[in-house]
Amino acid sequence: MKKAVNRALQTVYTMWLREMLRFWRSKSRIIGSLATPLFFLVFLGAGFSSSFQVEGGRPFDPSYLAPGLIGMVVLFSSMMGGVSIIWDREFGFLKEILIAPVSRFFVALGKAVGGVTTSVIQGILIMFIASLMGIEYKSLSGVIAAIAVMFVSGIGFIGLGIALASMIDSHEGFQMVMSFLTMPLVLLSGAFFPISKLPGWLTLLVYANPLTYGVEALRYFLLGESIIPIFRSITVLLAFALAMTFLGGKLFGKMKV
Amino acid sequence: MLYAIETEEITKRFDDIVAVNKISISVKPGELFGLLGPNGAGKTTLISMLSTIAEPTSGKAKVWGFDVEKESSKVRENIGMVFQDTTLDDRLTGKENLDLHGRLYGLDGKTRKKRIEEVLALVELTERADSIVRTFSGGMMRRLEIARGLMHHPHVLFLDEPTLGLDPQTRNHIWEYIKTLNKVEGVTIVLTTHYMEEADHLCERIAIIDHGDIVALDTPEALKDRLGGDVIILQLENPDEKSKLCEIYDKNGCAKIVSRHNGEVFITVKNGEHQIPHILSLASNAGISILAVSLRKPTLDDVFLHHTGRAIRDKRASEIEQVGFKIRSRRK
Repeated sequence: MKKAVNRALQTVYTMWLREMLRFWRSKSRIIGSLATPLFFLVFLGAGFSSSFQVEGGRPFDPSYLAPGLIGMVVLFSSMMGGVSIIWDREFGFLKEILIAPVSRFFVALGKAVGGVTTSVIQGILIMFIASLMGIEYKSLSGVIAAIAVMFVSGIGFIGLGIALASMIDSHEGFQMVMSFLTMPLVLLSGAFFPISKLPGWLTLLVYANPLTYGVEALRYFLLGESIIPIFRSITVLLAFALAMTFLGGKLFGKMKV
Repeated sequence: MLYAIETEEITKRFDDIVAVNKISISVKPGELFGLLGPNGAGKTTLISMLSTIAEPTSGKAKVWGFDVEKESSKVRENIGMVFQDTTLDDRLTGKENLDLHGRLYGLDGKTRKKRIEEVLALVELTERADSIVRTFSGGMMRRLEIARGLMHHPHVLFLDEPTLGLDPQTRNHIWEYIKTLNKVEGVTIVLTTHYMEEADHLCERIAIIDHGDIVALDTPEALKDRLGGDVIILQLENPDEKSKLCEIYDKNGCAKIVSRHNGEVFITVKNGEHQIPHILSLASNAGISILAVSLRKPTLDDVFLHHTGRAIRDKRASEIEQVGFKIRSRRK
């Protein structure tokens, strides 16, 4: 029994270690992935605050965007991390893993934990850079809670990515997923606008979107305001993470090389 | 345990195609065993089943005493596998690839360190251990992959087309490594190949596979001896006269007809040098004109031809196209 636990931990750790090594080797890609949200923050923030007012007549505060952009980075990099299994398959490394005497479930879990680590690191970087740019966070404990939120939502999206990757058989399919899934998820998450006064059809889509709860929870912990009660956001995020881990693990187990 | 590998009528069907048809083979521990056949013959499918990647449709197989279906995880612990296409992580260094492999197979830190040095030395990659795999040549990647397959001291090592797409010099090198590790490490090796010279040079026993069936199985020498002497190839001016010529030789009983292939007639005879004049006079008496004659010792190519009526090399063109395609798709 103890041996089995050890092997499982070792499998998870090995897969995590690989993701870390690859992450470290792709420093330029990380800088590239941080550029987009930072541009959003600087240009969209400046543009919004000079032309729009929020309810009550106050000018738009660019700090409103920060939690949304952190959520966006976590979403992008987690989905990428999950879907990168397609690359592992194309470049053959997947066979090396699948032929090893280890459980596929723990392989998938290790991959997920590794991917989540990289997305949380990127989320923290955005959070940090945003604070250098003058955005103020409520409290240190809020920041720590926000990191936990990044982790939980990251697990959910990486599980979704692994599940999709197990069903898609080409990198063309991957492009489709990225454009038809991730962009709408970001735009429908309340990352850029408050979700309290949307038309009915839009409200429905926004509330069906798991990222909405991630962004709302981040906004609650970082800025102290949210439309969805924090307890509900956290419940939805945990349920999403659990469901996706299960789904991802199950589909990966059935995946053919 | 009597055999390192033992299969019993193992079969794999894909929809309506039978890729492997009731193959039963036994490989002894320490043996260097070859599966020879053209592309699509079922070699890769067979070792995929033996290495637990594919499930047999029917039949049984045991590897190192463990059932490939019921004890797949035990089988995996005891085998090493080198796939046709690379399965290295090309963003990591050679050493990192070996280290991750060691971890997946449960080797502790000290063992990994020691073993990494050993296997790198075996394939002469010690100096490139810390280079990123992307910078490796095709031959170096294959060597690293062989080294990785050996990391966890497998009892059985599967090599799927170990020298496909490599230049002759690298190929010779890899042959030496394979021989060395079979002798020095005592590993049972099963390799697939469609290169005659490779099977001939390396393997102690060869199973010739075609369309999912084993058509012949023996040592390379025995396979060639069974053809009964030297091979004489006659090139006819008029290919239509092939069957007529074959009939004449049949009737005179002087030569055993192997096969008719393109415009050529292959026959095997004892003491070929002395038989050529007789064979030629028989042809000219019948009014069949012969453009060229050649004589050589039989090769495994002739053995394959004898058993299947085709030469393995007929399929080469399409295979080269495929390799080209694979390389292109990897660049994307």
